[in-house]
Amino acid sequence: MHVPDGFFNLAVSVSAGAVAAAGVAVCLRGARRELDDRTAPMAGLVAAFVFAVQMLNFPVAAGTSGHLLGGALAAILVGPYTAVLCMAVVLLVQGFFFADGGLTALGVNITLMGLVTVLAGWGVFRLITRSVRSRAAITAASFAAALVSVPASALVFTLLFWIGGTAPVEIGTVAAAMGGVHTLIGIGEGLITAVTVGTVLATRPDLVYGARGLAAPLVLRGADGDVTVVPEGRVGVRTPVRRSRPFLLGGVGVTLVLAGAVSFFASGDPDGLERVAEDEGFIGQAADHAFGAWTLADYGDVGGIPVGIAGIIGVGITLIVAGVVAYAVRRRGHGGDLPV
Amino acid sequence: MSAGHHQLYRAGDTPVHRLPPQCKLAAVAVFALVVVATPREWFAAFGAYALLLAGVAVTARVPAGSVLRRMVIEIPFVLFALAIPFIGTGERVQVAGLSLSLPGLWAAWNILAKATLGVVASILLAATTEPRMLLLGARRLRLPPMLVQIAMFMLRYMDVILEEMRRMRVARESRGFTARDARHIPVVARSAGALFIRSYERGERVHLAMLSRGYTGSMPVIQDLTPSAGQWLLAGTLPGAALALLLGTWGLRAMWGMS
Repeated sequence: MHVPDGFFNLAVSVSAGAVAAAGVAVCLRGARRELDDRTAPMAGLVAAFVFAVQMLNFPVAAGTSGHLLGGALAAILVGPYTAVLCMAVVLLVQGFFFADGGLTALGVNITLMGLVTVLAGWGVFRLITRSVRSRAAITAASFAAALVSVPASALVFTLLFWIGGTAPVEIGTVAAAMGGVHTLIGIGEGLITAVTVGTVLATRPDLVYGARGLAAPLVLRGADGDVTVVPEGRVGVRTPVRRSRPFLLGGVGVTLVLAGAVSFFASGDPDGLERVAEDEGFIGQAADHAFGAWTLADYGDVGGIPVGIAGIIGVGITLIVAGVVAYAVRRRGHGGDLPV
Repeated sequence: MSAGHHQLYRAGDTPVHRLPPQCKLAAVAVFALVVVATPREWFAAFGAYALLLAGVAVTARVPAGSVLRRMVIEIPFVLFALAIPFIGTGERVQVAGLSLSLPGLWAAWNILAKATLGVVASILLAATTEPRMLLLGARRLRLPPMLVQIAMFMLRYMDVILEEMRRMRVARESRGFTARDARHIPVVARSAGALFIRSYERGERVHLAMLSRGYTGSMPVIQDLTPSAGQWLLAGTLPGAALALLLGTWGLRAMWGMS
């Protein structure tokens, strides 16, 4: 999905660059809270991890394989601010050292694959885990977060394409095909993210940022029988201050806007979906390939995915997510007993 | 770095190699902006840009074959660009029995030309500049120091992490495992989990090692990279010529009353 030069017009490239710069600036401040003075080496190593994991092929369906985007995974493992930094650095390195993704499209790429995936993923993750806090809930939330983050990124791509894309392709077609194919890829991303988080949770639960507060507090029992419970924030490395509210609200906003946009296409433009079915051969391949099915051998099989059906599934899932969001927001409005 | 095979850098000692990295970075960025800003109807301008890049490649002694080989990175979007004339909207033309969209053809040309020029410029930058120097240059260009440091650590440990992942893959495959369908995702994902723990713990060790060597939050600058005016001028040749071409073409077209 690395956008090259010339795909978007200059105005969109520059404005996306401004958005990306502002987002990275905010995250540079936020990451210090998440990692203290360890920011540079930790974020660097996590960025290397994200880079490696993006090379990990996983089979999706019908002989196609997808690549992990890794935004939601990084957000859950190391926190949203650090995750955005890691994604931004990965994209910078790919752009400058591997010529992967255009230099003028760097802003677009950081916005799409860094900001949007992390924002949407972390928003969904926090929504689920703030009401239910258990290991199972964290694994399930990881799945949902990664699942939503991929089509969210694809739909923001569509939005940017609509504003300043350089190709005369019907926006409904692009939205349905991108949303549909990326929902399928999102399922793979969700599975792999959930299992990865589950694995880390099983061995080193203290390393999962999204699972802070899950461990039992440290209880010190003295020889004379006195018992002291040490609050979590006082043990070892200082735990970061929780400042997830802006990110949560942002994530909810993005998800709601996307849900609205998709349902608009679903209700107002039914022939858009039919068109995708007609054109599935082309745009299905293009969108899927852009995600990284690298060998051309896989290529012929990609057309086998019924994009029209996938589009409908995508719309359905997004609407369900929107329903969950609305439900969670409503609950928060009534009962103030939920942990923030 | 033993596993440097994926790096684009080609060691050399040409005027392009010797330029300070921040000059080259700025030059490539401005060049890419000029290319993207050029209207797609100006075929001659794109040809001239390509000639400019060829000139840089010759000066830097980067063989054409190596540039071409590295351009495979562009293939996914080339395929997308080739599909646009078929799925595009608007007026259609008949070419060899195929019905193609005219705006679609323009769009495909636009993406192909600009993306290719951008990719070649990036390849030339990466081929003539050591990754470490590129990051020092980025710092001189006032990129946030923290961001540059993160990128430095990433570059430094990327090969270690990739090698770690490769060993896990070899271990999986020597036990007869290949990921074929979705049921194998958990196996791959557990490797990713193990890889994360190893990366994170390595990060903690690196940080402790740095603290014990007196790290205070910023890396010491041990190289003076201040470019001379002449070096800026030399680096400015590429974007300067491109900009002159753009403005010149625009001026000529305005003079001849073309749109």
